[in-house]
Amino acid sequence: MTTAAAVVAEEPRLHYLNESYGVRSWLLTTDHKRVGLLYLISLTGAFFVGGFFAVMLRLELLTPAGDLLQAETYNKFFTMHGVIMVFFFLIPSIPAALGNFVLPLMIGARDVAFPRLNLASWYLYVLGASFTTYAVVTGGVDTGWTFYTPYSTMSSTTQVMPTAIGIFIVGFSSILTGLNFIVTIHRMRAPGLTWFRLPLFVWSLYATSLIQILATPVLAITVMLLGLERVLRVGIFDPALGGDPVLFQHLFWFYSHPAVYIMILPGMGVISEVVPCFARKRIFGYRYIAFSSIAIAVFGFLVWGHHLFVAGQSVYAAMVFSLLSYLVAIPSAVKVFNWTATLHKGTIEFRTPLLYALGFIGLFTIGGLTGLFLASLGMDVHVTDTYFVIAHFHYIMVGGMVMGYMGGVHYWWPKISGRMYPEGWGRLAALIIFIGFNLTFFPQFILGYLGMPRRYHAYPEEFQVLNVMSTAGASILGVGYLLPMIYLLWSLRYGETAGDNPWDATGLEWQTPSPPPRDNFETSPVVTSEPYAYPGREPAHG
Amino acid sequence: MIAARFSLPLFPEQASTLAPRVDALLFFLLAVSTFFTLLIAGCIVVFAIRYRRRPGNEVAEQVRGSDRLEIAWSVIPLLLCLVMYVWGAQLYFAAASPPPDALEVYSVAKQWMWKFQHLSGPREINELHVPVGLPVKVLMTSQDVIHSLFVPAFRVKQDVLPGRYTQLWFQATTPGTYHLFCAEYCGTLHSGMIGQVVAMEPADFQRWLAGGTAASPAVAGEKLFADLGCDTCHRAGAQARCPDLAGLFGRTVTLTTGQTLTADEGYVRESILTPGAKIVAGYENIMPTYQGLVNEEGVLQLIAYIKSLQTTEAKGPS
Amino acid sequence: MAEHAAAVAHQFDDAEQQRGAAELGMWIFLATEVMFFGGMFTAFTAYRWLYPAAFAHASRHLDVLLGGTNTVVLIGSSLTMVLAVHGARVGHRRMLLVSLALTMCLGAVFLGIKAIEWTHKWEDGLVPGLRFTLTGADAGPQELFFFLYFAMTGVHALHLVIGICVVGVILALAWRGHYTPAYHNPVEVTGLYWHFVDIVWIFLLPMLYLIGRHGP
Repeated sequence: MTTAAAVVAEEPRLHYLNESYGVRSWLLTTDHKRVGLLYLISLTGAFFVGGFFAVMLRLELLTPAGDLLQAETYNKFFTMHGVIMVFFFLIPSIPAALGNFVLPLMIGARDVAFPRLNLASWYLYVLGASFTTYAVVTGGVDTGWTFYTPYSTMSSTTQVMPTAIGIFIVGFSSILTGLNFIVTIHRMRAPGLTWFRLPLFVWSLYATSLIQILATPVLAITVMLLGLERVLRVGIFDPALGGDPVLFQHLFWFYSHPAVYIMILPGMGVISEVVPCFARKRIFGYRYIAFSSIAIAVFGFLVWGHHLFVAGQSVYAAMVFSLLSYLVAIPSAVKVFNWTATLHKGTIEFRTPLLYALGFIGLFTIGGLTGLFLASLGMDVHVTDTYFVIAHFHYIMVGGMVMGYMGGVHYWWPKISGRMYPEGWGRLAALIIFIGFNLTFFPQFILGYLGMPRRYHAYPEEFQVLNVMSTAGASILGVGYLLPMIYLLWSLRYGETAGDNPWDATGLEWQTPSPPPRDNFETSPVVTSEPYAYPGREPAHG
Repeated sequence: MIAARFSLPLFPEQASTLAPRVDALLFFLLAVSTFFTLLIAGCIVVFAIRYRRRPGNEVAEQVRGSDRLEIAWSVIPLLLCLVMYVWGAQLYFAAASPPPDALEVYSVAKQWMWKFQHLSGPREINELHVPVGLPVKVLMTSQDVIHSLFVPAFRVKQDVLPGRYTQLWFQATTPGTYHLFCAEYCGTLHSGMIGQVVAMEPADFQRWLAGGTAASPAVAGEKLFADLGCDTCHRAGAQARCPDLAGLFGRTVTLTTGQTLTADEGYVRESILTPGAKIVAGYENIMPTYQGLVNEEGVLQLIAYIKSLQTTEAKGPS
Repeated sequence: MAEHAAAVAHQFDDAEQQRGAAELGMWIFLATEVMFFGGMFTAFTAYRWLYPAAFAHASRHLDVLLGGTNTVVLIGSSLTMVLAVHGARVGHRRMLLVSLALTMCLGAVFLGIKAIEWTHKWEDGLVPGLRFTLTGADAGPQELFFFLYFAMTGVHALHLVIGICVVGVILALAWRGHYTPAYHNPVEVTGLYWHFVDIVWIFLLPMLYLIGRHGP
């Protein structure tokens, strides 16, 4: 690790942050790095709005009675928590903020394939977020982020339309990002950078992008049909016409199941970068991890029916979906084993990104294993629509993806900002988040099996102890998330200057200054080595 | 008693024949999950300590991978998953297969209450009395949005849909009062759409049933049948105009399209509300629709009446 | 985009990379469009399977003559689009400009005929939610048919409107001499988009207009 002395006396080097100033240079930028930062700021805002709703939910659930919020308010809060966190935080998160910044650097390119489209996708995000914000401030929406019909089309009197429009628009942001990444990865790799020399983060972004381009349009059409039906007060999900409300569920989950893989694959990609770096060891089973990413993307399209096991789907369809759901678990397990094996015989330094990565591995394992419970038909009947499911997906989304996001932000922070974050605070925050997270969500597995349904504003008294534990954990988790906000901002001004490669990591992004120049590389790199080529003893038996 | 042994605050009571089976699967899943969680966590902790960077361990051994390990840790989890799959599928099949002699209860869900109708007469709201030791089948529909009937102590759950019938069945094993929840978000008072299932010894249940004064829904159905004019066509002697309803339930019906089906509650409901959808072979599409003229409870009453009609010498409508 | 031939945007190494990226990008976009329409096709198929008689009945309200004419019009516009791309490839300016203009015109004709059809539906009381006057036992499923009819032809028409605008822009730029045999990516990818819109219609026609034409 290099500790560069402050270079105050010299002429400041030109890089992407200081090569032009002014609001226009940011709002009209076509530099993927600046677009990544625009996203980073927007996403942070979305995270805290969604987080605010979560805090309110947990506060209400401290007591069995519905005494803090009115029922309708509570219903709006859990809906908006879900809508904002899924569509405006998790789906874009790593790809749009970190992927945009790092992908061209990692493949030795000057920018993405379609820089203006990239900026357009950010504006679409902002436009979508505006519609949703409008919905929130003009009364909110209370259908649940899943918008099941006929409640959302015929019964709810809340701001369904603006929310639906917002989701429709932000879906195109996601599609354009995916399109851009696929073309970039296919067409703009540096000379010598063959597919199997690519960093695994790129593989994971590629797999994510495949899902984004193929699944999101189905969400768009589903939301469009929903909106039409709500406006016309008649439509294809209306039972009075012979329409089938369960058809909505099929269409909705056809997107939303693959969407959860959009929400985890990039996090897995971060882990695949961070573990080799801080163990200074080549990743174990590179090709297996690469192919697992693709397998997850493909299989992920085949399992949507596992959200409909008690919805009125045929028993035979349910059996097919259950089997396929088990198949999709295997590639994820393979990744977990490979990451763990990478640590073996490494030389491990416990920097903040690695702490997040290790937390990810543990928590994602628990989340993934509980997915096996849900894939099992007989078990799912009991635990679906209860807090068990909530715990399951929060273990993966928050224990997994958000920790991956935090790990990635810390890992690439020096490259993005040219500064180091304070390591002590970084580790402390990671630890607080890990503890707070488990305290918040582990009790919810028990609550779910006991029978506490989800989306309940009031509950029977015997569930109170576990709910109080969960809320206590949430307050700790909240503190954990606030800390990085503070010290990362602090580091922008007072952090130690980072050199080109503070981690001494492999990867093209570290072969250029921190922060990088506008066109990323002074001269286009040529790649001749395999990825993760850390120095070391070759194993005795090749 | 099994119930006493498992009254830890970690599990709901086991009050049905299905419950211990689901809990057994739970234990298997828990065992496998705990094993793998401890394995991964353990490896991480052990590796973190053993391979931490320190003088003497500054350089890693650059292992590429191991095809054999990859196969092992793909195949073994896959086999375990297949066990979970088969076990879960068996339970699901059992939950979806009510015994033919199950006691029937009809249920109509609406925002935000559960209406139950016992075939022998009593009606309940948000409470369901059932006998212990006998299978009970609940045939359900919704008047408005999607709901879901969930009884944790029985380990059963099934979404309740508008425009369709769904069903669940259980056999209670222990007398007691158990939570009943709506488990599909349905609007403002979703968390208030709760109630209880009261399981009673069979003798007590019979006494409870007899204590009510309400007539069987089949009686109300008979009256509706006449009021709505169904008896103008569906009567003894008018077989040429419309199918005979006596002994209809369970009968195989052939349609004009050549398709055959077994007449069940869903078929009868469809025939009342959208008669043109399926025409019995040999008959014309002349039955008017009763959509809007009869509500879901009325349909269930008509179904109860039609079920009560015996074969051939149909006792004609009064 | 610069005026000179073979101008390469700064993120690309050379014109070949730029052309390859544009083409791949458009194919991926078309894949997303397939999924987009696919959702509606799935819904349609589900209900057609559930209510075959009602859907056939409803389909017979549609005017096959107008639908058929529109098909010829749209296929014709794909032909003119192909000629436009060819014109760009060989540098035949007049062919390029005239073909683009004809493509726009034919697209507009399609939209005009569609507007006539929709007006007829309005007059006949076949617009769900706004003016639907069918009665009878299968009015419900017929309303489902028409809901999907308007949704699918509406979304298709929207894509056509966007296509006409894009072709208009391309025409304007071609008029100003932006395209040469060495550089005409936008014309090529617009052609791909236009053909896709045409193909969607080829699926819509039999699906919507030709069910049970010979039935009772």
